[in-house]
Amino acid sequence: MAHIVIPPIRRLLARWGVHPDARKYPAAGLASLDAGLPPQLVVSLSQQAGAPARPVVRVGDHVLRGALLAEASGAVSAPLHAPTSGTVIAIGDAPMAHPSGLPGAAITLRPDGLDQWGERIGHPYPITLSPEEIAGRVSAAGIVGMGGAAFPSALKLSLGKRSNIDTVILNGSECEPYLSCDDRLMQECAADIIEGARLILRATGATRLLVGIEDNKPEAINAMKIAAHPYPEVSVIRMPSRYPMGSERQLIHTLTGIEPPAGGRSADVGVVAHNVGTALAVYRALRHGEPLTERLVTVAGGAVTSPRNLRVRIGTPLSWLFAQCGGLRSVPARLVVGGPMMGVGVSDVDIPVGKGTSGVLALTPAEVGEREPAACIRCGSCVTACPVGLMPLEMAARINANELGKAEDIGLGDCLTCGACGFVCPSRIPLVQYFAHARGELRARDRDRQRLERVRQLTEARAERIERAAREKAEMHARRKAERAAAAEAQARAKEKAETEENPA
Amino acid sequence: MEEMLTAVVSLAAIGSGLGLVLGVAARRFAVEGDSRVEEVIAMLPAANCGQCGFPGCAGAAEAIVAGDASPACCPPGGKVVALAIAEHLGIALGDDMDDVLPTIAVIEDALCIGCTKCYRLCPSDAIIGATRQLHGVFADACTGCNQCAEKCPTGAITMQALPTTPGTWVMPKPALVS
Repeated sequence: MAHIVIPPIRRLLARWGVHPDARKYPAAGLASLDAGLPPQLVVSLSQQAGAPARPVVRVGDHVLRGALLAEASGAVSAPLHAPTSGTVIAIGDAPMAHPSGLPGAAITLRPDGLDQWGERIGHPYPITLSPEEIAGRVSAAGIVGMGGAAFPSALKLSLGKRSNIDTVILNGSECEPYLSCDDRLMQECAADIIEGARLILRATGATRLLVGIEDNKPEAINAMKIAAHPYPEVSVIRMPSRYPMGSERQLIHTLTGIEPPAGGRSADVGVVAHNVGTALAVYRALRHGEPLTERLVTVAGGAVTSPRNLRVRIGTPLSWLFAQCGGLRSVPARLVVGGPMMGVGVSDVDIPVGKGTSGVLALTPAEVGEREPAACIRCGSCVTACPVGLMPLEMAARINANELGKAEDIGLGDCLTCGACGFVCPSRIPLVQYFAHARGELRARDRDRQRLERVRQLTEARAERIERAAREKAEMHARRKAERAAAAEAQARAKEKAETEENPA
Repeated sequence: MEEMLTAVVSLAAIGSGLGLVLGVAARRFAVEGDSRVEEVIAMLPAANCGQCGFPGCAGAAEAIVAGDASPACCPPGGKVVALAIAEHLGIALGDDMDDVLPTIAVIEDALCIGCTKCYRLCPSDAIIGATRQLHGVFADACTGCNQCAEKCPTGAITMQALPTTPGTWVMPKPALVS
């Protein structure tokens, strides 16, 4: 293992970010538990970034654990697998974790209690597989980024050939407060994570693996260092604790000193980052042939009786998780799926856990600390906090004036929606909500514009078709008329001829 | 006889002289049609549905350029068209934009008799059907121009607002600080 330390000058120059109270204990200090099987599992069809998956089972089908429930549809999508053995009892709208609170399509499974695996085809030495084979198996296992973004991992693996990836970063920063699932995972499954990361390294063709872990997780750093010891290409690096360190750009800059260009992707600078949970899922899929059907979820927040990390089947409802943690000891002011900074506020405890759900929080009114927003005092705190160097106050002012294009001009597209600006704002202005609104609105306008353009083409095509039909009809009439005239003339001539033949004299 | 001739000749001379002046003036000082009208026509959906209350998209474009109509007067075009026209003409758009909700035609299955009247009328070919077969609407191609609903003999077609899905939902703008 190569020993790498972040240069102090890079630490000093990094002025971005915020330092929220970590609040990771007591969950971070307790071994993870299995959450067991709930009476019903709701597997959402759109729990990955990109297109929703297409169901391949029917209501009434009996499936074994790991059986394909839905296949990927389109280039950016991922298949879904049965989290346990049981019967498909419904395919249709079910509650899901979305800021709109709207339901989405899902497959509902009733477990039969046997939890019987279907056929699992693993490989005793997956590292000997070809890069294409590794990417193919990762894709078939339905593995997506488990840090929260849920981007299909196989796409990032096959990126290497085109983009010349030389470095893979394993993201163990877990910078969001409360969350400790990656911390527990690194402490409990360090060896498997490193094996999975080496498979990712092989698939991308990179030569160097950097494991970045924030310095508030010393046990995880130790465990990963021990696991990485035999491999010279792997380095475990201690990073300062700061939010949003887990963002791909910040991570890459902190670990390598390279800054990916605005609007570009990390692959443009030869780096690709994966979450530690993703690496573990990759190892399990290749070594044991297990598709992604469970994950570690942090259940925490002041309203939870005994916060804990739980091994949860995909599709388990939130209410089941709270019940496994001793229930709620007070009425939560807010339920959050994900971390407190970037998570989604929800109001329904029937919402199921997805592949990208890292945490489930039940926060007390004191933790939420909601206050009425006041006017902007132009203190500039948000500008200092912004990890990508934007001017949140100026963007919000432009969005407020309905000048979305002008907000785009000053970098709305580069915003990570990390929430650091809103966190430091002394006036409690909901800055991220402005940016989310503006982006959604711009996307909606783009959609409408494309739709109108399509309709316009249809309208023009129809007008042209009608005109052509009328022209052809007129031409046909003219032709018929000419033909009739010619026929009549021929007839007349024939008659005349016959008459002359009859009377040659 | 001579008086009559004088009158005819002089009037003819005055008439032809003035006619010549007018003719030259018409050529020389000709004003082309307002080019902005053409530009606005190019931005409108071209469905000629008449929902704006003007005769076709050309009529609406003239009214918008003349200031008699708001750029937001086109329901099929919606927000996108209104914003584009307002920006092009340099007109400030009020907050009336949010009232313009896109609608599409929905055919009530039980009432459709398959008369084909609607699909022959649809300006964007958004309706599919055949004689005595149930008709259907391609939601993606429908502008909600209402022409089909007006002609439907059984009242099977209604205009309904597009349902919001998680994919089309937009986070609301935060309320202004008081």
